[in-house]
Amino acid sequence: MDLLAILISSLLINNIILMQFLGLCSFFGVSTKMKSVVGMSLAVIVVILLSAAITWPIYRFVLDPLGITYINTIAFILVIAALVQLTELVVKKVSKSLYKALGVYLPLIATNCAVLGVALTNVASDIPYSEALVYALGSALGYSLVIIAFAAIRIKLNAANTPKALKGIPIALITASLMALAFMGLAGII
Amino acid sequence: MTEAKKPIAVPKKAVKKDDIVKVDLWSTFTKGIWKENSIFVMVLGMCPSLAVTSTLEAGLGMGILVFIILTISNLIISSIRKFVPSTVRIPSYVVIIATEVTALQMLVNAFASDLGETLGVYLALIVVNCIILGRAEAFASKNKVVPSILDGMGTSIGFALSLTIIGFVREFFGTGMIKLGYILPLPFQIELFGGFGLSKYSIGILTAPPGGFLIIGLLLAVFTAKANIKKAKEAEKEKAEKIKKALEIKAKLEAAKAAAAAKGVEA
Repeated sequence: MDLLAILISSLLINNIILMQFLGLCSFFGVSTKMKSVVGMSLAVIVVILLSAAITWPIYRFVLDPLGITYINTIAFILVIAALVQLTELVVKKVSKSLYKALGVYLPLIATNCAVLGVALTNVASDIPYSEALVYALGSALGYSLVIIAFAAIRIKLNAANTPKALKGIPIALITASLMALAFMGLAGII
Repeated sequence: MTEAKKPIAVPKKAVKKDDIVKVDLWSTFTKGIWKENSIFVMVLGMCPSLAVTSTLEAGLGMGILVFIILTISNLIISSIRKFVPSTVRIPSYVVIIATEVTALQMLVNAFASDLGETLGVYLALIVVNCIILGRAEAFASKNKVVPSILDGMGTSIGFALSLTIIGFVREFFGTGMIKLGYILPLPFQIELFGGFGLSKYSIGILTAPPGGFLIIGLLLAVFTAKANIKKAKEAEKEKAEKIKKALEIKAKLEAAKAAAAAKGVEA
């Protein structure tokens, strides 16, 4: 039950994009085409899960016993960069079609703050491994949910007759604001 | 003839080049502040600009930290640009920036612990701020040390300025006052506009996440509208000038015609 609460909270209530503002660059940059959004969110799910699965043990069993937890930012960013490269290699070997779908977005993820943000939040809040994994899963799914819904809205917005000054990013930000308001309303679930 | 002309042309060019270099240094510094403002014009670095601008002080604090990081990272990256192989340049930039951020994190926790607590995880996330890596890749890796430092300073001053503007709007309309000295380690603590009793008219949602998106969207729209009006005015001016020129030419032609006609009459 506890794990379910964490999943719902990270998926809907503390949504990683709308409430924590992580991964916004890709949120506004990629979300104009449905195909690229789906590719990006798949890649983000894979990388967030893998990085959370690796950074937690590194922090708990390497950095913490050695008393060098202060270098966690450097350690994590290196792990994530290496992980992204490795994922790219594996995906390329295993499935050509998946590589074609994800290939362009994988290198971008190394500097996506959502990945580093989840890893850092996990070790900062000092939760057990299972909860950390569930939190990562919820965050990644929340990212995909919001970015796909937002892309659908933005495609409609492009066809709409918006005022000249609001065209492009400003109206996208205001739309995101309304979405965030709606997500705030979900806070009563738990 | 051509050989005689050349020596005269060379010193003239040299003088002009010197002027251009001086102007360039100044413009590398100033362009990042407003003309190529990272948030309002380039729309980069949105994560921190939304997350830490619920109060003016937190936004300003973030701006100051980014100023320190960006200036130093541009300095280091520009001075090592000649012997870092281009295949591993991005990882090496990231390591440099991460090291700086770690050092800064310790300093902030020691000397401004309230700021460190307010910024929380976003302090560590300066590492993946698009602006810092973007300036490293776009400017510092191709330019000399002094222009790179100036570019870093200009860009981060523009960033700090926009964070302060967003923070001001959100805190003022969200709480009805501006608190100073509560987060930053200032020698005083005041509440600007606190005595006006504006807090009962405040719009609390503006300090919450949706308010951040809304305020940045509206500010962006205002700046875009301003730029559009300026462009329209310039276009009108150009049009007016063109019409003026055309009229002048027409008048000249008519005058010439009239003169010709007069000559014809005389003849």
